[in-house]
Amino acid sequence: MFRRLSDPEKKVRMTFEGQDITAQEGESVAAALLAAGITHLRQTPVSGHPRAPYCMMGACFDCLVNIDGVSNLQACVTPVREGMSVHSQVAEKDLLHEDG
Amino acid sequence: MRSQKNYDAIVVGGGLVGSAIAYGLSRQNLSVALLDEGDLAFRASRGNFGLVWVQSKGDGMPQYAQWTRRSADLWPEFAEELNGVLGLDIGYRKPGGLAFCMSDQEFEDKQTMLERMRQTVPGGYDFQMIGRNRLKEMLPEIGGKVVGASYCPHDGHVNPLYLLRALHKAIQGQVDYSPNTTINRIERHENIFTAETVEGPVRAPKLVLAAGLGNRELAPQVGLQVPVSPLRGQILITERLKHFLDMPTIYVRQVEEGGVMMGDSHEDVGFDTSTTVDISRSIAQRAISYFPKLADANLVRTWGALRVMTPDGHPIYDQSDSHPGAYVATCHSGVTLAAVHARDLATAIARDSLPDEVGKFTAERFNV
Amino acid sequence: MKTVDLAIVGAGPAGMVAASEARGHGLSVAVLDEQEAPGGQIYRAVEAVAAQAPERLALLGEDYAHGRRLAENFRVSGAEHIDRALVWQLEPNGLWYLRDEVCHELKANRILLASGAIERPVPIPGWTRPGVMTAGGVQILLKSSGVVPDGRVVLAGNGPLLYLLAAQLLAAGCRIGALVETVPYARYLEAVPHLPAALGSGYLSKGVRLLRHLRSSGTRIYRNARDLRVEGEQHAEALCFHAGGHEVRLDSDLIVLHEGVIPNQQLTRALGCVHRWDDGQKCFRPETDEWGNTSVEDVLTVGDGAGIGGALAAEHAGRLAALEVARSLGYLQTRERDRLSTSSRRQLNKLLQGRRFLEVLYAPPEERQSPPDETLVCRCEEVTAGQVRTAVRTGCTGPNQVKAFTRCGMGPCQGRMCGNTVSAIVAETQGITMEECGYYRIRPPIKPIPLAALAAAEVDCELDDVAQ
Repeated sequence: MFRRLSDPEKKVRMTFEGQDITAQEGESVAAALLAAGITHLRQTPVSGHPRAPYCMMGACFDCLVNIDGVSNLQACVTPVREGMSVHSQVAEKDLLHEDG
Repeated sequence: MRSQKNYDAIVVGGGLVGSAIAYGLSRQNLSVALLDEGDLAFRASRGNFGLVWVQSKGDGMPQYAQWTRRSADLWPEFAEELNGVLGLDIGYRKPGGLAFCMSDQEFEDKQTMLERMRQTVPGGYDFQMIGRNRLKEMLPEIGGKVVGASYCPHDGHVNPLYLLRALHKAIQGQVDYSPNTTINRIERHENIFTAETVEGPVRAPKLVLAAGLGNRELAPQVGLQVPVSPLRGQILITERLKHFLDMPTIYVRQVEEGGVMMGDSHEDVGFDTSTTVDISRSIAQRAISYFPKLADANLVRTWGALRVMTPDGHPIYDQSDSHPGAYVATCHSGVTLAAVHARDLATAIARDSLPDEVGKFTAERFNV
Repeated sequence: MKTVDLAIVGAGPAGMVAASEARGHGLSVAVLDEQEAPGGQIYRAVEAVAAQAPERLALLGEDYAHGRRLAENFRVSGAEHIDRALVWQLEPNGLWYLRDEVCHELKANRILLASGAIERPVPIPGWTRPGVMTAGGVQILLKSSGVVPDGRVVLAGNGPLLYLLAAQLLAAGCRIGALVETVPYARYLEAVPHLPAALGSGYLSKGVRLLRHLRSSGTRIYRNARDLRVEGEQHAEALCFHAGGHEVRLDSDLIVLHEGVIPNQQLTRALGCVHRWDDGQKCFRPETDEWGNTSVEDVLTVGDGAGIGGALAAEHAGRLAALEVARSLGYLQTRERDRLSTSSRRQLNKLLQGRRFLEVLYAPPEERQSPPDETLVCRCEEVTAGQVRTAVRTGCTGPNQVKAFTRCGMGPCQGRMCGNTVSAIVAETQGITMEECGYYRIRPPIKPIPLAALAAAEVDCELDDVAQ
């Protein structure tokens, strides 16, 4: 669905569901995931339907992901960090399994 | 909008109190006009926490304890009926409720008070004191600073917004509902009340004022006094969370959809429904002290809502001597008392005879 | 605790210019913004792009590159830039923000809200599926990351941003499968009387250039499209619509929707500013005077958040608001303020007059105000247009009761995505105007914050060294 105009110059390594992803320093988690071909970020707690980044400016809250054990974070306003581990979310946040 | 202008009864106020009474009156086959304010009315019902709560209510006024218990007993059947009307679950559950104690002293004081109520409330009073160890078994997520809790098996909770919605749906076709209606004046002439609204007069031989804080201004027009004042409650709610708390507690409960509701503050601030950081912060602190895991939850909304408080905190039900046929109903427990309002109170108003147990709730008690 | 003269929320064109101007008159200024760098959405990442990716700066165009100068001036102005700050609670003389998981309080004699616009939601059946994005979202990917759509791309909707994005994507070497315009033919006639003013504003020549560029690229253009819907199960597979008497189905990997922008009302609503329905712009906007003063004392708002005027208009409005704040705090005489404001005032008026043409031509189509019953209106709580209509018919008096009865607007986006649509459906079903209908009451926090941060909130001021 997306491609990069050029390879990342300052590379940041992270994972999504254990899969290695190379991102560009300074970009958002959502941009890195889309550029890596990941389009389904979560399943909604209401109907379980898949969702992906929609507005990219922090307004729609459709790009919620679990980052390093903390869920319901907006991928489009969270900058990538070296070693970040991102997971998709299914249903609602489970407080008993949060590492935050 | 209204198909006719003459009714058996006019109910003023479309919140939980007015809607429950209108629903009850229509079940008694009265034709009813329900006059409601607009979308931004200071609607106490919208700020409700959703507890159907019995424990600790009515210390010093046994009639209130009995009245509350009566409503809690009516609730299961009442909820069933409304579920059927709405075609969806209004979320009423009766697992019993907990009130946490944060010190041994508080635990003892609570026990003393509940023992006193057990002796003074006719028909008895069910409660248990639960120590730290048993509490921890019941609620593994409970915080380390909680020393125990009081438990009452009659407590429960419900989605207060669905309750209001179900009542509104139940009266559809039975009750003439007029939203966005402000009453300019009430008059009584030849045993008929006339409520003057922008859309014209509405007439009925019976009038029930259930307008919450609005009763203060309306009641004197029918010879009644309702000394109510606004008390701000503040409520916080989190994002949807996986269920971890089935039992309602006095300050924290998890709603059916997963959000955790936290309340409430008591601030005497007049007609201001804004929220303040100070109060939200202390509510958050208290909730986290009960359930430390809540620290990881996101807060999505806070709101202030005005509660309708009488000088002693107990309801006011009254009928007018100078204007027979006029009633007032005012309370801050619109959810808990919804069942008894729809049943006993509405039946009594339909028959024009408030029963003895209701008679004690007259506002005259404040004039002693 | 330190108090600043002026706290500005938003570091887009309005906020940056206002900050620079206010500093020039000696005010202490703090600017809070969610992003890491100044620029807002319009000039997002402009400094980084200019420094690190000059070829991307070139393809984004001169209008984007213009933001560099604003950012430069802002950087040297001496205004405190509180980046990555989420403002979540406002009071007339103070605000609370979250930064690095910690809540801070900031007191200010005046607050200027410059939080800009959000894209007007385009609620069509299927718009929540992966594979559907907003034009602004796609443009942000291009600006911030140099990431562009690949595969079968369909752009649908109307408005300047959609054409600008198309041109930028073409310049970046992307192929656009089709552009589906949702402008009813009648709108062209309605817009003609506003043509002269538009000619003077420069908007028109830009638009004509963009369109010509699109046509010459071979992009298929469908006009007067209606009954839009997205098909597909797990992922959007096709955009379907009526155009030219035919039912069209365009297979697509990415569907990009856009029908203009509307003020981001969250902050002004949360503060209780009076809002009015602007029937020209088809949006609610806070009521302001000619300087940006709102109905709430000591609170001003300018830029697209106060009514859509575009980035250049936002600069001038930002300058005017800063002059007014300087006057109200005694840094400037009224005569000085008026003298210094004449040029910006004149240019602002000219820009706003030019927009009338765009507003009429690109007003959202009627069907967007009244989506089909099956359309999800609230993306968070997954409430459909049909459920909202049913709630209104069972006695909901307005959007706040609809919210209470259906959970529409109760999710994490706090009504940003559904507010306008719900008001439109309520107004239509009840036969009242948007103005009569009103809008959600916006509650703090303005964005979700961790409960732990709230519980640990301290009264505090994070300004190390505000230049006086």
